[in-house]
Amino acid sequence: MALLEAEGISKHFGGIAALTDVGLSADASEIVGLIGPNGAGKTTLFNCLFGLDRPDRGRVVFDGQVLDRLPVHRRVRLGIGRTFQRLELFAEMTVREHLLAAERARGGGGALWRDLLNMSAPTADERSRVAELLEMLDITDISDRPAESLSLGHGRLVELGRALATEPKLLMLDEPSSGLDRAETAALGATLVRVVAERRTGVLLVEHDLELVRHVTSRLYVLDFGHMVISGNTENVLEHPSFRRAYLGRTE
Amino acid sequence: MSQFLIYAIPGLPYGCVFALVGVCLVLTYQTSGMFNLAFGAQAYVSAVIFYTTVEDHHWPLWLAAVFSVLVVGPLLGIALDRLLYRYMRASTTTVKLITAIGLSIGVPSIVDFFFGSSEKLNPPSIAPHAAHTYHLGSYYLDGNGLFTVVVTVVLVVGLGLLFRFTAVGLRMRAVVESPRMVQLAGISSERVSMLAWILSSMITALAGLMLAPIYHDVDVNNFNLVLVTSIAAAAIGGMSNLPLTLAGGLLLGVGQQVLAGYLPLNSILAEGLRPSFPFIVLVAVLLLSPAVRRGRSAPDPLSGCDPPPPPLAASLRGAGLDRVSRVGLPVFVVAVMYVTLFQLSEHYLGLMTEVAIYSIIFLSFTVVTGFSGQISLCQMTFAGFGAFTAGQLATDHGWPFLVAMVAGGFVAAVCGAVVALPALRLGGLYLALATLAFAVMADEFLFPLNDIGGGEAGVDVPRPVLGPIDFGADRSFFLLCFAILVLVSFVVILIRKGTIGTYLAAMRGSEVAASSIGINLTRAKITVFALSAGIAGIGGALLASQVQHADSESFVYQYSLVFVVLVLTTGARTVEGAINASLAYVAIPEILSHFGTLSVLEFALFGFGTIAYVKHPEGILEFQKRSSIRKFNQLRARMKHRQDRPLIHGDDSGPGGAESGGRAPGIAGEVAGLSGAGDVGD
Ligand SMILES: Nc1ncnc2c1ncn2[C@@H]1O[C@H](COP(=O)(O)OP(=O)(O)OP(=O)(O)O)[C@@H](O)[C@H]1O
Ligand SMILES: [Mg+2]
Repeated sequence: MALLEAEGISKHFGGIAALTDVGLSADASEIVGLIGPNGAGKTTLFNCLFGLDRPDRGRVVFDGQVLDRLPVHRRVRLGIGRTFQRLELFAEMTVREHLLAAERARGGGGALWRDLLNMSAPTADERSRVAELLEMLDITDISDRPAESLSLGHGRLVELGRALATEPKLLMLDEPSSGLDRAETAALGATLVRVVAERRTGVLLVEHDLELVRHVTSRLYVLDFGHMVISGNTENVLEHPSFRRAYLGRTE
Repeated sequence: MSQFLIYAIPGLPYGCVFALVGVCLVLTYQTSGMFNLAFGAQAYVSAVIFYTTVEDHHWPLWLAAVFSVLVVGPLLGIALDRLLYRYMRASTTTVKLITAIGLSIGVPSIVDFFFGSSEKLNPPSIAPHAAHTYHLGSYYLDGNGLFTVVVTVVLVVGLGLLFRFTAVGLRMRAVVESPRMVQLAGISSERVSMLAWILSSMITALAGLMLAPIYHDVDVNNFNLVLVTSIAAAAIGGMSNLPLTLAGGLLLGVGQQVLAGYLPLNSILAEGLRPSFPFIVLVAVLLLSPAVRRGRSAPDPLSGCDPPPPPLAASLRGAGLDRVSRVGLPVFVVAVMYVTLFQLSEHYLGLMTEVAIYSIIFLSFTVVTGFSGQISLCQMTFAGFGAFTAGQLATDHGWPFLVAMVAGGFVAAVCGAVVALPALRLGGLYLALATLAFAVMADEFLFPLNDIGGGEAGVDVPRPVLGPIDFGADRSFFLLCFAILVLVSFVVILIRKGTIGTYLAAMRGSEVAASSIGINLTRAKITVFALSAGIAGIGGALLASQVQHADSESFVYQYSLVFVVLVLTTGARTVEGAINASLAYVAIPEILSHFGTLSVLEFALFGFGTIAYVKHPEGILEFQKRSSIRKFNQLRARMKHRQDRPLIHGDDSGPGGAESGGRAPGIAGEVAGLSGAGDVGD
């Protein structure tokens, strides 16, 4: 059984059917792409898998466990990490503090008495892991800047680092390359490939940059108007006529 | 059945008023984003003007009614919308709520200043034949009640026609459903919101006139109690559904009377029911209503189009200034202690003790609002639980006071957790409203109980004795309070610096992102809410110990409202802010008392502090402090530039000064929030 299995997911908002009977699977050590035109329901599917939205119907199994109504933070503890399409940074914190907070949360810290005894400063272990991550993402030089002063591209990297600090088994990325230039996007692709190789992380990637998708993903799902129209090997999908219809527009 | 109707029919006029006020709340909330907690104040203005013109100036009833309902009411609504609310569209829930609360405190005290604060008993009714009792078979209703029902029916039909058949009404309905959608469609929501304010202000004024005779008194507190029940009605309607709100209001009015009727006379249940009803209904709605539960995640289909909130400034302070305050602060504190202990008269020593105690209570706001961004409107209620618990345990059970005080803090913390549990998930507005309803329930029902507040006589609360040390004397009691203040300040600072503080800072930045790293938001919020209630409880116990007494009047909900406004306008993020607020609270009445009649304006002053708050949500003192730090840094940078060498000790003032000077101009001053917090003891 794959790491993540979702089947029969449906979700509507008022009269809009955002998702209709959608299924998908993702495994460790692979990068799976999820693409589709604007408004196709990609973010909504992420929210359903992550627990931010509750699907009307459908089942999500992660690592052998049915997620059902599990709240977000429990899913994160199980090993799902994610980034957001609209940046969600901690406005008052520096880059390093973002990662330290995630490290601490993964360790399950948060006992009141430790705070009261002033025993909550970051440990040497936490610091070195964070330094490692910063190095890997090549953001060490901005690590003491406050989040509000970051460019969109740097913001995306910080979100990626924050998600990685939770040591996810599955990493869900919502358009990580938007706001990045070509060189940065290439670097991001390289980083993803490295993370997968080194940590055996599975990655679910929502992405509009087909160049990046072609490079890093092994399998692809295509959503259109809330329906999963086609899935399979990246090569095959990208050549498939119904992909071109759904994705590149109906003008052809 | 007939028995049921005998109870239900007298409940109808109440239900009608709750329904109308609930509809007004929903209308203005949806069209302008302001939840009108100043309803009571608005109704009070019209009711007082009506009373004064009739009783003192002998205007005919109809003229006075027309004047206060059709002229004063709408004018007030227009003034509020044009001069204040219009500029607050983009403000946070906290700022909006605090502004409305500030008005609800400030406006009545202005009214009293102009029209005298003497009691206005037996206000005339605008109903024809008000005193006449109308019989309908075996059921009856007095003239005022019947009039209320008729007016409500007419208004509801009128509103219905307006919404269905007029262009502006349709727009208003559209705005209630999705403000942004309408703006995209090119409708000016400004005009719609102004119309909503005019309408609701008229209805509010009318409600004021109809309610006053029911209570036989023109008193703003009665209006506030009606407001709290109407809030429950609006919650039944999910804050957006007008017909449901109407039904909810009627249900509440009738339900109160019916239940009170069937319960045994004079039993605790019957006595407690009416004041507890809004809180119980609100909690039930929070727990059960799918509309409300959904409400938070998708309030508006287009809410994703919201512009991101403005960026926050980083800490401005350079290392040099930190060092100065680290040395300066203890010197200052020692000086203040010396003067207080050895130079001041008993009277001023007492005032300084109050400053210390209120600082402790105000630190509870720092924790709950400053750190976790939640608004609690019942902190003084928690203080009350602390005081009564400590008093009962110390006096009746012989516990040492300090132990009883800690127990009081513990009881308050448990109350805090219980109150917060249903509302915390929903956050913001709902938590504020639930805590307000809880405060009212405590005031009207729990605290007057013999077993809690000691009934009429109240509870005696001794001064502490610790082994051989007796804190009965004022000087030693001051020292004790001061020591506890220092202790609590350290707790607050450690929390802010610790893991929980980090989680809360993350939550303030983005709740979804905080949960996405595995933070259990509910747990963090409840921990902090309980902790804050506990701090308030300890402060309450000390407050009672100072005067050695507490009764049900000592912790009324109005205090909570005044304090939340005061602390937030002063600066809720820092220990220093809480102490400044406390100084202001103790000093201002003391100063005003030297000016005779002006002392009426005390609350006006606190209330209208909120207008400055709209511009500087980080707190007025925090803003002042930051802009002077900025000027200081700029000045230093400039001097350094000119001399081209370090000023005094170049090595350590260098980096801090240069960096802050470079980063500061521009955004820095405008901004909210931040991390310069906890200047004391850092
Ligand atoms: N909270 C919500 N309330 C109402 N409608 C929503 C909500 N969230 C999404 N939708 C609707 O659901 C549909 C799918 O949206 P979604 O954001 O999932 O698309 P997407 O594939 O992520 O698009 P994009 O590429 O633009 O990010 C859209 O029609 C959107 O308007
Ligand atoms: Mg999306």
